Amino acid sequence: MADPALLSQVAYDLGGMGLFCLGLFGVVTAPHLLRKILALNVMGSGVFMVLMALAHRSAAPVPDPIPQAMVLTGIVVSVGATALALALALRLRAATGRTSLDEGEDGQP
Amino acid sequence: MRAWRRWLGGALCAGVLVMLGIARLGLPGSPGLTREALERLGDSGVTNPVTAALLNFRGYDTLLEVIVLLLAVVGVWSLPGAPASRSAVATHPALPPLLRWVLPVLILAAGHLLWLGSFAPGGAFQGGALLGGAVVLLLLAGAGGAALRRALAVGPVVGPTVFLAVAAGVMARTGGLLQYPPAQAGAWILVIEAAALVSVGFTLGALFLGAHPRQDAPDEHG
Repeated sequence: MADPALLSQVAYDLGGMGLFCLGLFGVVTAPHLLRKILALNVMGSGVFMVLMALAHRSAAPVPDPIPQAMVLTGIVVSVGATALALALALRLRAATGRTSLDEGEDGQP
Repeated sequence: MRAWRRWLGGALCAGVLVMLGIARLGLPGSPGLTREALERLGDSGVTNPVTAALLNFRGYDTLLEVIVLLLAVVGVWSLPGAPASRSAVATHPALPPLLRWVLPVLILAAGHLLWLGSFAPGGAFQGGALLGGAVVLLLLAGAGGAALRRALAVGPVVGPTVFLAVAAGVMARTGGLLQYPPAQAGAWILVIEAAALVSVGFTLGALFLGAHPRQDAPDEHG
């Protein structure tokens, strides 16, 4: 594991996959919608990190531009999706007073 | 929060992490499409391979992305009872004079990033993010005037409109969707990127504002 390129590849892969799973944990367990939306963004960041690492997984002198373009597209789409999700969450609170999707819990910690 | 749910979620995520790791270990080292992209870079009209992939090789992805952004704005605007106007938020007294210095720099930097995109890291989305930041700062400074509101209402449509018009015009000439003639590809890409920059910037601003810019105009609320 002395090769720094391999080491950084492993670090990026593990970091990205770890972020994805941390985000998934948040989406599954956090009742508050704001936390769920934030957790979804953490998942997305993990996916972007893995994609960026995959773009440079060979000895080629330049990284693959296609995954980089996909990440750039994905970042913008995730910002739009987050804004729409936040607007929907605000609308839900205005309509029902709840900040969670569960009937029993109000989402307040 | 029931404890068993937390444990079940943790176990699920640990399982997903293990499966992802196994899948990653089975992935062969491959240059992907690097060779193909670099081979045709000369025909793309730009010398930055990421911009070539974004706006030439996979231009339809970016076309759909710009439309997705527009859909997000339309979705936010169509929700009834959107959050109230931000003009009620107290403005820090230092913000407006600071903006007089920062705003021109932000706009210049956005244009510079757009120009950089054809040969170096940069492009419409990076520039658009800066422009979006400028719009958010303007809104925070209480500059919710009629001109800004009109720009916020119209801006998100500029990118998709220009993108679709260029796509249709190019298709009429070459027969392929976003298949630019190599000699003019650079110019068309710059036109699309300029429109996308305006669109991304004002889309981010409109998403920050929340409600439709015409819905809570300050003159309606006094």
